[in-house]
Amino acid sequence: MKGRILDERALVMADEDTVATALTDLEAGDRLTDADPPLTVTEAVPFGHKIALTDMAAGETVRKYGEVIGEASVSIARGAWVHTHNCDSTRGRGDQHATAGVRDSGGSEDGGPL
Amino acid sequence: MDTFEGYRRPDGRIGVRNHVAVLPTSVAASPIADRIASDAGRWARATPHQMGTSQPDEGRERTRTVLAGIGLNPNVGAALVVELGTEDLDAESLADDIAASGKPVETLAVREAGATAAALERGAELVADLSEEISDQTREAADVSELVFAVECGGSDATSGIAANPAVGAAADRLVDAGGTVCISETPEFIGAEHIAAERCVDEATREKLLDRVARRERLADLMGVDMRGAQPTPGNQEGGLTTIEEKSLGALAKCGTRPIRHVVDYGEEIPVGGGVTVMDTPGYDVESVVGKVAGGAQVVAFTTGRGSTTGNPIAPVIKVTGNPRTAERLASNMDVDASTVIDGEALTEAGERVYRTLRSVANGAETAAETRRLEEFAINERQPRELAAEGER
Repeated sequence: MKGRILDERALVMADEDTVATALTDLEAGDRLTDADPPLTVTEAVPFGHKIALTDMAAGETVRKYGEVIGEASVSIARGAWVHTHNCDSTRGRGDQHATAGVRDSGGSEDGGPL
Repeated sequence: MDTFEGYRRPDGRIGVRNHVAVLPTSVAASPIADRIASDAGRWARATPHQMGTSQPDEGRERTRTVLAGIGLNPNVGAALVVELGTEDLDAESLADDIAASGKPVETLAVREAGATAAALERGAELVADLSEEISDQTREAADVSELVFAVECGGSDATSGIAANPAVGAAADRLVDAGGTVCISETPEFIGAEHIAAERCVDEATREKLLDRVARRERLADLMGVDMRGAQPTPGNQEGGLTTIEEKSLGALAKCGTRPIRHVVDYGEEIPVGGGVTVMDTPGYDVESVVGKVAGGAQVVAFTTGRGSTTGNPIAPVIKVTGNPRTAERLASNMDVDASTVIDGEALTEAGERVYRTLRSVANGAETAAETRRLEEFAINERQPRELAAEGER
């Protein structure tokens, strides 16, 4: 497995990541002492779900695999569960584009809103 | 040199199965085709689908491309094309396209046969004759460089990107290094990872084509004014820990390994054989995506699943690989490779070696779990009016 394991219970895929993946069901109060500095899980994080390794302000990018997987939709505290309630995709948002008429590039050649 | 034993076809390609394919040209002929194949035996495989007798030109072309591609797939030794008799898609010319490969091909029109009972009877005779014609085919040694290995994922969760996809990716690298071909598809699942795939393209034209196809899929969401988050990741993906399409894509890309991307092809288009990775532009829907690659010539498919998909294909064996320990246990009888061991510390190279060994043994004739259980889903991706309109605007 690529990445670094924390206490045999979570996996950090790359050094610049701001989240770790739970390798078991984690509970509030669980400690990950391999994290630097050691981290306390603040809420239940199911197997496969993500834990914040750093505090993230709303709008800040969330990183996994060393890449951007989205941005914080609200501020996220270290140790919290990171999922759809506090992390948004920055892609495939046709709803926003259609209502705001915002295009990232190109104008009509790029296929304007209908 | 890595070899396997397969069936050499008159056009030089090599199959890993010796099926008689029963190909209906429309939904109206599908139940008959299905019955003919199931009455005949395991060697006969039908491809029932939902396409109507009358389709717009672009839709009909796609149906034809896919059915011709299935007939030309080297796992097919002979084919019977079945029509009701009212289809726009001409059964005779479809049969000619397949017969150009030198394979025996027959056609059956339900109306001409008289009625369904007579058509079933005539169909039984035809497939029996076709089977007889290819019964003298025996397996011969072939180099793995002649293999086209399709990679697919479905029911993904967080373990897919950590264990199953990288394990299949390691096997994909081994095959490409031996001169073989790997084909990845599901274009929406490049969104957020396309910069990494683009860097792997061998030249500018391939890179541009790849980025264009990914942008087109993303634009479809824009055109429809929808928020893709409801569908990508799917609710099941989300329950499995995947939060965004970017996260899903970054994990999904791992299943095609790390070697250069040489070609980008359209849905169902022939996959160039030899030494590299090809991207096929398909939707994210698993069954249609697998069918596109099999129509493109893939002889074997690896299908990774975290949450537990059981899907197969009538023409190509589908190897199921899971990285989720719970799925490995609960759905053990539907899985071929347990890669969840990676989470317990097994090296990815070792898990990849197990996938590669399974690929070779399946190519040699070993049945996959989906084959044993006759799980043979088939669906053709229909070109949607909005999709066509989007292309027209370009």
